[in-house]
Amino acid sequence: MEVGIVSYGGYIPRWRIRPQDIASTWGSDGDAISRGLNILSKSVPSPDEDVITISVEAARNLMKKVKIDPRDIGAIYVGSESHPYAVKPSATVVAEAIEASPNLTAADYEFACKAGTAAIQTCMGLVSSGMTKYGIAIGSDTSQGAPGDPLEYSASAGGAAFLIGMDDVVATIDNTVSYTTDTPDFWRREGQTYPKHGGRFTGQPAYFKHVLTCAQRLFEEAGTKSDDYDYVVFHQPNGKFPLSAGRKLGFSKEQMETGLLVPKIGNTYSGAVLLGLANILDEAEPGSRIFAIGYGSGAGSDGFDITVMDTIERIRTNATPTIMEMVENANFIDYATYAKFRGKIRL
Amino acid sequence: MRDVAIIGVGDTEFGELWDLSFREIGIEAGLKAIQDAGIAGQQIDALFVGNMSAGKFIEQEHVAPLVSDYSGLSPRHIPTYRIESAGACGAAALACAHMSVASGIYNIVVVGGAEKMTDVGDTQAAEILSATADQEWESVFGATFASLYAMMARRHMYNYGTTREQLASVAVKNHKNGSLNPNAQYRREITPEMVLKAPPVAEPLGLFDCAPLSDGAAAVVLCPLDTAKRFTDTPVKIAGYGQSSDTLALHDRRDITTMDATVIAAKKAFHTAKLKPEDIQLAEVHDNFTITEVMAIEDLGFVKKGEGGPATEDGKTALNADVSVNTSGGLKARGQPVGATGLAQAVEVVRQLRGECDKRQVDDAEIGLTHNLGGTGASAVVHILRRVN
Repeated sequence: MEVGIVSYGGYIPRWRIRPQDIASTWGSDGDAISRGLNILSKSVPSPDEDVITISVEAARNLMKKVKIDPRDIGAIYVGSESHPYAVKPSATVVAEAIEASPNLTAADYEFACKAGTAAIQTCMGLVSSGMTKYGIAIGSDTSQGAPGDPLEYSASAGGAAFLIGMDDVVATIDNTVSYTTDTPDFWRREGQTYPKHGGRFTGQPAYFKHVLTCAQRLFEEAGTKSDDYDYVVFHQPNGKFPLSAGRKLGFSKEQMETGLLVPKIGNTYSGAVLLGLANILDEAEPGSRIFAIGYGSGAGSDGFDITVMDTIERIRTNATPTIMEMVENANFIDYATYAKFRGKIRL
Repeated sequence: MRDVAIIGVGDTEFGELWDLSFREIGIEAGLKAIQDAGIAGQQIDALFVGNMSAGKFIEQEHVAPLVSDYSGLSPRHIPTYRIESAGACGAAALACAHMSVASGIYNIVVVGGAEKMTDVGDTQAAEILSATADQEWESVFGATFASLYAMMARRHMYNYGTTREQLASVAVKNHKNGSLNPNAQYRREITPEMVLKAPPVAEPLGLFDCAPLSDGAAAVVLCPLDTAKRFTDTPVKIAGYGQSSDTLALHDRRDITTMDATVIAAKKAFHTAKLKPEDIQLAEVHDNFTITEVMAIEDLGFVKKGEGGPATEDGKTALNADVSVNTSGGLKARGQPVGATGLAQAVEVVRQLRGECDKRQVDDAEIGLTHNLGGTGASAVVHILRRVN
């Protein structure tokens, strides 16, 4: 028996704003910014949506695809950098919502954009060791960009949940590696509303160094090369970084396009690589191999070498919308509505 | 007074050098210059370091002995000097080192310039640069460095009809030259449209009218001209030298469309070199903003006052035109690690005079000039360098 993905589910808020609408508010060239970031629109959470509601929706979608007893879920971890509470877990609400409580362990994770992939690795350890039958790992965010900050064009909302186990696996996780250093490219201190970042320092010494090194480690660990994979997905802070990283590693545009959702929904932070992976699982043929690399500022990367099983067909039901249906279900709003939704107008 | 020659040059790549510290880039440039000169550490009599604000950028003062120490020279206890003159500190360090050799006090000296600017955020870096204007009368009232140069640009446009397109042509030319320089921060050509459509910084100056924040270092080795041939077949003589100062604040100037400090420094340099502006084949001029280069080529006497814009737009300052200006890419494209810029100019001119500049080589280069500014023109240093056959 091999450890792997038993089910998965995603959630993307349906509200969208275009870079042009943000740019016109700040006197910038929206077309140029849109081209520069390769972002056409980003998702926006409504006033009633937060990391808990997004995580619950994703976990419920995951549960709708399979017939398992929720009491067999022995662990739930929610990775996010926008948990609604500083003290009080999001994971307990998810556990109650899917009726997995009370006999389980649960906790919230934070590692910038890669807390969700860290949660997958934790669940892999728990189920592999026999400590629990199933574990749920969630990456979910309603990320923050300060008004006028370049982050405002990309920081969006969404999340995905993965059920990890050894039974009824639909995709095996054949290898996982990590690469972690203390690299302060992006941070938000206690009590601060918006994160700060090191500008272009977030690129070469941060994103690219960690993603590319982790990818090389994964190739070595798996004994594979870029041609061996049908799909590749990277953490996607914008539409340019992952394509550039992919090219450097020898991946083609065709291998990258299914996992790249950021042009239409923006950077969902902890949800980004997981939503991309979920979209791949929605369409991948049995036998397909997937190469997935997450990235979190601060900084680290987690890599996964995944093979899709014949059993994938079993969980392709109409019980939930596909990830692409959620991406396409878009209602566009202007900056004023966006400002209201995101609590930028203080009364 | 003895004639003095440059016998070795060295520099680092300019740019956002995230993986390198101040001391690492300072040593890299210095060692390259020493290797180029073919001298050993025990032959060095003194070290001069041009640096604007290591205290604020990396919270390290006392950088001259630091560079000496980490270059392995501490057992020799050589004298070390740090020279600060805002953006002109690199050239001012060269001037001081030149005087020390010309006077006979030292024989072989190393002059380096270095700045590490990317360890602080962009806003903080802009504030540090603004400290080179008058803190009590300019910066404290909100004047940024770019806004002061924007006022010069506006007045230059009003007085002489200089256009936005003419200013843009400075950036386009310097990026074209930078694309031919493997050590330049920006090695891509840009179009006039890109300059004109870039976000405004301080109108009429946009993003592409401004030189970047950079890390980098450059160094040269000096010795008396009469012994220079022992070290190199191609010594370059410091033929002319002029340094001048002006009011610290822009509003106290006689005329904000001309920099008197440049005019006077250039006159002194041409006088000592016994040369005229039309003798200069190539010039590295201070182009922290596009308007600065326009004013510089006027104040140095390459073109008449007011004709800097049209001359640039017409290609008269392009590579191998009337006078090749900023063949390295200038501060604009080669990069602007403040303390290093003056030395980087000297390194570029020496390489041109030696014929080592490959695709950006000026034909039969024999005489070149460097022009380094501090603040909004409160300091100016001009050197004229000449190949010795």
